[in-house]
Amino acid sequence: MSTTTYNVIGTRPVRHDGADKVTGRALYGADLQLARMIHGAVLRSPHAHARILRIDTSKAEAFPGVFAVVTAADFPEAPADKIVDFGEGDTMLSSLRGNILASGKVLYSGHAVAAVAAVNAHVAAEAAALIEVDYEPLPCVLTAPEAMAPGAPILHDDLPNGNVAELIRYEMGDLDAGFAEATVIVERELDTATVHQGYIEPQNATAFWSSDGRIHIWCSTQGSFVARDASAAVLDVPVSQVKVTPMEIGGGFGGKINVYLEPVAAMLSKKAGRPVKLVMSRRDVFTGTGPTPGSRVRVKIGVNDAGKITAAQAWLAYEAGAYPGAMVGPGAMTVFACYDIPNVLIEGFDVVVNKPSTAAYRAPGAPNSALATETVLDEIAEKLGLDPLELRLRNAAQEGTRRADGPRYKRIGCIEVLEAMKASPHYNAPLPGPNCGRGVAIGFWFNAGLPSSATLSVNADGTVNLIEGSTDIGGSRTSLSMQAAEVLGLRAEDIHPTIVDTDSVGYTGVTGGSRTTFSTGLAVHDAAQIVVEQMKARAARLWAVDEVAFSNGVFSANGQSFTFAELAAQLGATGGPVSCSATVNPKGVGGSIAGLIIDVKVDPETGKTDVLRVTSVQDAGKAIHPAYVEGQMQGGTAQGIGWALNEEYFMDTAGDMRNGSYLDYRMPTALDLPMIETIIVEVPNPGHPFGVRGVGEANIVPPLAAVANALYRATGKRLNRVPMNPATILGL
Amino acid sequence: MSVKVQVQTTINNEPVEFLCEPRQSLLECLRDIVGLTGTKEGCGDGNCGSCTVKLGDRIVTSCLVLGVEAAGESITTVEGLAHGSTLHPLQKAFLDHAALQCGICTPGFLIAADALLQKHPHPTEEQTRFWLSNNLCRCTGYDKIVRAVQAAAIEINGAAQ
Repeated sequence: MSTTTYNVIGTRPVRHDGADKVTGRALYGADLQLARMIHGAVLRSPHAHARILRIDTSKAEAFPGVFAVVTAADFPEAPADKIVDFGEGDTMLSSLRGNILASGKVLYSGHAVAAVAAVNAHVAAEAAALIEVDYEPLPCVLTAPEAMAPGAPILHDDLPNGNVAELIRYEMGDLDAGFAEATVIVERELDTATVHQGYIEPQNATAFWSSDGRIHIWCSTQGSFVARDASAAVLDVPVSQVKVTPMEIGGGFGGKINVYLEPVAAMLSKKAGRPVKLVMSRRDVFTGTGPTPGSRVRVKIGVNDAGKITAAQAWLAYEAGAYPGAMVGPGAMTVFACYDIPNVLIEGFDVVVNKPSTAAYRAPGAPNSALATETVLDEIAEKLGLDPLELRLRNAAQEGTRRADGPRYKRIGCIEVLEAMKASPHYNAPLPGPNCGRGVAIGFWFNAGLPSSATLSVNADGTVNLIEGSTDIGGSRTSLSMQAAEVLGLRAEDIHPTIVDTDSVGYTGVTGGSRTTFSTGLAVHDAAQIVVEQMKARAARLWAVDEVAFSNGVFSANGQSFTFAELAAQLGATGGPVSCSATVNPKGVGGSIAGLIIDVKVDPETGKTDVLRVTSVQDAGKAIHPAYVEGQMQGGTAQGIGWALNEEYFMDTAGDMRNGSYLDYRMPTALDLPMIETIIVEVPNPGHPFGVRGVGEANIVPPLAAVANALYRATGKRLNRVPMNPATILGL
Repeated sequence: MSVKVQVQTTINNEPVEFLCEPRQSLLECLRDIVGLTGTKEGCGDGNCGSCTVKLGDRIVTSCLVLGVEAAGESITTVEGLAHGSTLHPLQKAFLDHAALQCGICTPGFLIAADALLQKHPHPTEEQTRFWLSNNLCRCTGYDKIVRAVQAAAIEINGAAQ
């Protein structure tokens, strides 16, 4: 556990962008107003699968107030083999391009077909409705098992295995021998429905294609450089021709890494000669952006009399949506990641179906697979008469444990998280009465490294400006500033962070993969160390000494000393400003383990579940700003509970989403949840100077299984379908 | 395009005049015409609460109110909560309790919470959760929001008797 003492790290300063965000001054993407700006609307397919026979835009183009109309025909052809790198994953340019505006076929209801720019959004929507599209409807297929079956409608002619875009297989040890050693074997198959990240701010993009050929894009994105590179690829221009200014972002959870509107706004602007703003409606967000895959997962686990897992097998089929890329890879890699298992076979299938092209959602792929593993283990613990946490402790992954997909763990906090759950007040409290149940589960997420850049400039008043490129989605301006302050011996409020556009800072990867506090934090740390060295050199010059010490914000040598601010005031006279940059591409990523304890009460008549008490436990490595770590844990837990109990895309047989509003796609409200207790475990990551692991994602992995296990204890039923809503619970 | 209507109203205690089409929502008028973009649009159909403003003595989702309905009314938006450069106790409590992550729902929560504290000076956790269930937050799980509102209640109205 962490023992180092810090001055700033571990405290809870108010966030630097706080005043702007509670007074309404902070500018999100849709808040942007530019001179001569016009507004767009996107026409979307009403069919889940259809050939486009004809698009006639003439009536829309002639409509008063319309400046431009675009279809796929306005975009350059995508080379067949070009790949676009999103940092955490990549995609074929042809898929990205096809998803942005359909050509040839539409592959899901909501697939964008054309777009209009007009004097205002109402006129644009009226004009879009005048675009005539002739479709030849085709049979659609909506789930992975159906899409894998012989005779299923085929989405893409160029995939070699029907609708299976990719097959993943990880094998370790001798599976048959392992199961032969087991005394208890349980096998279960569980389905999860398509769910959405549910960020409150809809996607938006404003673009201006200047007459000098440069394209300026303002948008709410998790990664300005990714948005730049992907837009440039779709528009077939060099990356340097595009400048992305990241606006404040209203949630993302993985769903705002991809681009949807940016290249369309750019092309409309090229035609119109004006800045064009596109903002999605909520229904567009549900049907036109990437939800997370629905899935079918089968898990078989064998355990011996000593409670040791001898073999484990998983079969995973994930719905990619319209284009390949269902995150089944991470699902497969995480399915048994919490445990030390000698004999393993994992098979994963990435299956295209006529639903929106899926995107990342907080630990993408992992909750689906952990649901199966963690409910099977719960059943095994019951059969063995073992406490469910004890069974997990006997098999917990630790330093040196090898995952079936290859890597051996460095220091990992699985045992520490399980011990913290076991010792928690919650786990040791009685349940309140009948129809109640308590469930537990744990989960793993890798976290990401990826490149980051930062620049620190010292002001004459002893404060420091921080320039960085990581979208601040939940307080990272402050968690980064705190790391600079710790190195420089300053207070968090002495650092002034600014997130700048892609022309103004070195390449920085997405705010995703729980990487910002880790990776951009490392860049900030390294830049701060360079600042210290340069400041030492200035003090050495002033004092005519060779060696200067620096501790707690004070430079000293031979009994002389300067505070940081005193020396900062002398920089002009000692050689000029101090402004230092660092870039990193760190390899020392630390995975995070999270656990959840949840108590539920089920009404036996209505099947309604009330959540009574929740405790989220997570290994943060080191919590830079504990309140923000708690916030991540609480947020991921709430999303996981919504996923477990409520949330679902209701698709009719024609593939149309019938609940594309917040009224009908019901996410948890304040009334649906209790307080969410948190226990931060700190097993420092040796790959980061302060031990940071990253905390954004692992917390959403346990809730599905923990809720399922709690419902079993409350009802005596093992449910095989998520959401575990009243209909599922009552078996309707 | 339809003929525009002149609307005279009061926003954040200042007289305001604007021209809008009859079909434009109050939310659109506030954001795109008056330039008060602190009020956010999350859904456009009254289900997320991000566009909550005070209209007269009640709170409304401004996406479901027409701009022309503002005529003669008094409206409070998030921009009107602070007194000059001094934050409203609710705004300060949201910062002290880390009750926002992305911040897009925050303006709506602040307006709704302000109305809650006027009706219930010392709301219970249940009353707070019930009142705020009109407002969706996807980042926080609501824990820190509920705590912030209850802390602000004590700051504004003193400890409950």
